[in-house]
Amino acid sequence: MQKSLYINADKCTGCLQCEMACSYENYGIFNPAKSRIKVFDFEHTGKKVPYTCTQCDEAWCLHACPVEAIKIDFATGAKVVLDDICVGCKVCTIACPFGTVNYVQDTGKVQKCDLCGGDPACAEACPTGAITYVDADWTGLERMKQWADKVGNQPHA
Amino acid sequence: MAWTGKMLRVDLTGGSCTPGPLNMKWARDYLGQRGLATKYFTEEVDPKVDPLSPANKIIWATGPLTGTMASTGGRYSVITKGPLTGAIACSNSGGYWGAELKMAGWDMIIFEGKAPKPVYLYIEDDTAKLLDADWLWGKSVWETEPAIKARHQDPQIRVSSIGRAGETGCLYAAVINDLHRAAGRSGVGTVMGSKNLKAIAVRGTKGVGNIRDPKAFMKATAAAKKVLADNAVTGQGLPKFGTQVLMNVINEIGAMPTRNHRDVQFEGAKDISAEAMHEPRKTDGKPNLVTNQACFGCTIACGRISKIDETHYTVQNRPQYWGASGGLEYEAAWGLGCANGVNDLEALTYANFICNEDGFDPISFGATIGAVMELYEMGVLKKEQLGIEAPFGSAKALTYFAEITARGEGFGKEIGQGSRRLTAKYGHPDLSMSVKGQEFPAYDSRAIQGMGLAYATSNRGACHLRGYTVASEVLGIPVKTDPLVTEGKAGLVKAFQDATAVFDSAGICLFTSFAWTLADVQPQLAAACTDEFTLEELGLIGERIWNMERDFNNRAGFTHKDDTLPKRLLTEPAKTGPAQGLVNGLDKMLPEYYQLRGWDDKGQLKPETRARLGL
Repeated sequence: MQKSLYINADKCTGCLQCEMACSYENYGIFNPAKSRIKVFDFEHTGKKVPYTCTQCDEAWCLHACPVEAIKIDFATGAKVVLDDICVGCKVCTIACPFGTVNYVQDTGKVQKCDLCGGDPACAEACPTGAITYVDADWTGLERMKQWADKVGNQPHA
Repeated sequence: MAWTGKMLRVDLTGGSCTPGPLNMKWARDYLGQRGLATKYFTEEVDPKVDPLSPANKIIWATGPLTGTMASTGGRYSVITKGPLTGAIACSNSGGYWGAELKMAGWDMIIFEGKAPKPVYLYIEDDTAKLLDADWLWGKSVWETEPAIKARHQDPQIRVSSIGRAGETGCLYAAVINDLHRAAGRSGVGTVMGSKNLKAIAVRGTKGVGNIRDPKAFMKATAAAKKVLADNAVTGQGLPKFGTQVLMNVINEIGAMPTRNHRDVQFEGAKDISAEAMHEPRKTDGKPNLVTNQACFGCTIACGRISKIDETHYTVQNRPQYWGASGGLEYEAAWGLGCANGVNDLEALTYANFICNEDGFDPISFGATIGAVMELYEMGVLKKEQLGIEAPFGSAKALTYFAEITARGEGFGKEIGQGSRRLTAKYGHPDLSMSVKGQEFPAYDSRAIQGMGLAYATSNRGACHLRGYTVASEVLGIPVKTDPLVTEGKAGLVKAFQDATAVFDSAGICLFTSFAWTLADVQPQLAAACTDEFTLEELGLIGERIWNMERDFNNRAGFTHKDDTLPKRLLTEPAKTGPAQGLVNGLDKMLPEYYQLRGWDDKGQLKPETRARLGL
């Protein structure tokens, strides 16, 4: 079964544990500046929204790469950047409609979420369940259940 | 390790920024943040210095756990000699700024001298430079932060700055970061303003990687996070209700200082409580509270984000106040509300927004308004000089005073001097509800006896964050003690004071101590820094920090006579509630406290105490 990161922004408090977990997993350092998941703070509304790669099936980044440095991990469905091959041309960062592939000055390569090989550190670190790793076919399950509860499980008038 | 080992020294007079190594011997003995910065400060600054003179210094400091995955590891403190008290000042803030400084590769910044004209410090990783701030002077915090981000074309910059209160000499001006997180007390923002320093803008991309034993650290922090999640206060009460969870509790036990401490219970408490913040308003059907919010790394998330009712008199046709922003925490709700007898939740939220927007302490401000209203009711202060009628309970007076204090206009200038100076000027010094010149927070020490001793001996003047025996006396953390008796409180206060100094120096939030003891902090510090940080050693470090601060105050001219409470709390019994008929029994606790501390009867450190603590 393939799994997906499922983000419920309503539960996000903006603690950035996910960003630290991501950078620690990939660089062995606590550093939101190197995180592949980013929490956006919409100050005017008080909303915090985590955002990262959704691993498109038809992956624009992968198709745009001139040196085939982005490969599919068939176990997880993640589109993975191969550092050895990446030349840092950044074409993928233009191709990605969502901005979730980004250049890293220190390494001269691009980075994107690779689902940590099937055990995403961000989901593990999230204290509120705003980021979960669930059955890719059923990312809507929790929301459906909430509505199911509303329509069928509450006392009727 | 976990410290970056690097600090920055900024000579504002000469305009230079000089990096240097951190004194690691001191880091070992004083941990970081509050402890370490105070060590630097007391070594470098004459205790008799005029707080607002160029000879005073001011330090921004992180702790070893700042910027790590330790829960709440995002704290920083601002340390200086405070203008409100003349004592050591150390104010702690969350948000994201502290972690950003650490990510840029710095443990602390020491500012010396005074800039000839307004400047701000801009840090981008290893680069630090002073830049002209003429164009920022006169702007609020809410204008300054976006202006700096726009100027550098970098939305990811974090800013720690002062608003107009810090520029115009309000003696309890705060340093604000991330729009509404505050190093709030003792006038650290006033010192910043006196040096023509408007802001510190930081962008850090280097990260924090200097962990001694990363594997052990991840294990220890994960275990400690579970303790927070499983605890009823940190896992449920604080995220849902914030610190405001206390409003009804403290009122119930008759420990709610009301109308300048004339009463100990507030009939309007329920209208401004956490529960009230959740209630849909009659006007627009929406609750005051929008959501809770975490600071950097925090798995508790007690922060309140509120929106003011757009039809409320304070914000009608003023859309700049219609957005969500930092809402009422318990101390602010008390200071702006109970201390003045005001029960208008929207007015309090507005006054709180103003405190954040222009950077001043809602506790000292609110308590000063309490004194102003009492003087008004006594006929000492008149409508003509105040600019408004100001009886207890007047929301209009409160919000008007907030506006003029923020801008340093008219009578706002006098309110900005704090209650001690204001009441003395008008001939009623006993009406200042303060210790060492700093106003009380939200717990009446007639009904929580230990807090009287904690206030009287707090090194930064009256304060709940230097020895929060409320935890034990009211909430039963770690063990329940009787709030109405003085027995055993000397030891309790000392234990809380020493442990708190460790939390404040480690880079984590004191609120973790609702669930954590030092035994939960120790494995995290040991894994991050050095295995020399045993439980016993941390206890000693806390005690060392407390005594170092005390010694500075003694050398600054404070004596045992300053370890006292206002006459009202010592002679006017509580009128209602469980403590009815009681005054605070400070004289029964203080001698035992001195003895436990190893101080003589004049409150001075005995030589053997110095020797034991290495002072």
